[in-house]
Amino acid sequence: MFGEGIAKGMAETARNFFGSYVSKERLVTVQYPEQRLPQKEAARNFPFLVYDGPAWDTGLRCVACQICEKECPPQCIFIVKDAVKKPDYAGKMQFQPKVFDIDTSVCMSCQICVEVCPFDAIKMDVEFELSTADRFGGLLIQKRELAKPNDYYHKIHPMEAAEVDGRLAVEKAKTEAKAKADAAARATVAAAKPAPVPASA
Amino acid sequence: MTETADQIFVLLKHWLVAFAPAKWQPLFSMLISAAAIVGGFAGLFALTTILERKGLGRIQNRYGPNRVGPFGLLQPLADGVKSLTKEDIIPRSADQIVHFIAPLVLVGPVFLALAVIPMGRNLVAADLDAGVLFFLAAGAATELSVFMAGWSSRNKYSMLGAMRAIAQMISYEVPLILSAVTVVMMAGSLSTVTIVETQSGYTGFLPNWYVLTPWGLAGFLLFLIAALAESNRSPFDLPEGESEIIAGYYIEYSGFKFALFFLGEYIGMFAISGMAVTLFLGGWHAPFAFLGWVPSYLWFFGKLLALICLFIWIRGTLPRLRMDQLMNFAWKFMVPLTLVNIVVAGCWRFMEPGFARWVACGVLIAAPAAILAHVLAAKGKIHRRVYRYAD
Repeated sequence: MFGEGIAKGMAETARNFFGSYVSKERLVTVQYPEQRLPQKEAARNFPFLVYDGPAWDTGLRCVACQICEKECPPQCIFIVKDAVKKPDYAGKMQFQPKVFDIDTSVCMSCQICVEVCPFDAIKMDVEFELSTADRFGGLLIQKRELAKPNDYYHKIHPMEAAEVDGRLAVEKAKTEAKAKADAAARATVAAAKPAPVPASA
Repeated sequence: MTETADQIFVLLKHWLVAFAPAKWQPLFSMLISAAAIVGGFAGLFALTTILERKGLGRIQNRYGPNRVGPFGLLQPLADGVKSLTKEDIIPRSADQIVHFIAPLVLVGPVFLALAVIPMGRNLVAADLDAGVLFFLAAGAATELSVFMAGWSSRNKYSMLGAMRAIAQMISYEVPLILSAVTVVMMAGSLSTVTIVETQSGYTGFLPNWYVLTPWGLAGFLLFLIAALAESNRSPFDLPEGESEIIAGYYIEYSGFKFALFFLGEYIGMFAISGMAVTLFLGGWHAPFAFLGWVPSYLWFFGKLLALICLFIWIRGTLPRLRMDQLMNFAWKFMVPLTLVNIVVAGCWRFMEPGFARWVACGVLIAAPAAILAHVLAAKGKIHRRVYRYAD
């Protein structure tokens, strides 16, 4: 019949219209600032720097190797290496970043920096409310704001963080065992040669 | 008391006019009417924007705007502030003067068209003897502004939009006028006030509205479809076609000029809906005799809002037509049917009142509609495309 399709369509939209007042299941909208969906485990938005322990600056895992800076496709990372070294989680002396800036307006959330980082120092954050009134300084996130504790990492990505921690613990144990073995070896060598002969002798 | 409530605006105007010196009273009276129309319909425009956005939202199972004020009711205010404070950009290569006056040329005629619509008993700004003619002429003037906007912007999208708008509006002007002609024939007058008066009274419990006759119903439906096309509403929103030509002829407009286009479009919709109410739905008359105590202007605006809600509902339902479908529909379906409808109206006029007249006129209009629809549907069937060489 002529106009049947129109009538059917109108009936459907009318059902939607009145149905949305009656049944709550129809309205799937989450009223965002007041209501929020729980964060997804795999969500990612913008990188942050992980630090261990209580102090954000000395606890940073980053050793300023600048691999992420070089790999970053849109080139949004800027690192200046510090001349002063500091001990890392395993007690080894490492470099540290003096400046570590990421430009939010440039970052494309690709996670390549995370994938290339050999020190598990940079991870993806889930924070998405990064708007600011200052489009130059406000969008350039600096080292202080980027540094977030390992606990926070555990909170936002529990599975991934546990895996990283396990790996780091194994490595730390390995390093310590190696150090111990080295020390022991040195001790044996020292015992075998109780009186080191001077080179000139 | 009922009488006072019904005539409150008329009395208010007379009271105000009495303050002016006698020499200036006619001018003062006109100015008051104009101010009332501009203010009242601008308010209705604000109401309609929120109604439309909420309604469309609900049709799509969304909430619609609900942030500004209680239930988002102050949203139009926020929109107004936004459009007033936005930067007004004129393209460097645009025709500056024409680009500037195009929105004004749109808003002027649509407000003028409202002048002849009786919004209540004695509530008409200008009771012209040729009211319907004036309305149609003023409504047709909007096409000029659409083309001015499209042409002066020097943008291909706006040009395309304007071309589409002109083709569409001129095509649908014909069925719009021809479907209005039936009412003019039956009422024997071009004056809108007289047309409303001829629809007064009741037969049994039903009102003597033209929509309740076979030719009136057909005329009303045809008028409504043409009105949808004339006001560039979905499914005839090709001139704007957001997904195809972005915003059509007003793509290069920003800030308050854009708001003026928006206003003009909605006021045009009110005007044409008001005309549909006047011609077919009995104007300000109450639908039942026992409801006669309700002020007449409430009936008019109630019917107007009902039609606007219908427009919104249609917009929320139907997808946009293609250009050839639009043209075919206008010239092959609407125009023949309106012509047939004029003949039917003549038959209705000269046949004896009774059941036979109903059946005869009903068949006379329904049969051509069915045949036309059938033939056009058969013609428009999609066949599998045959390629002559590449197979």
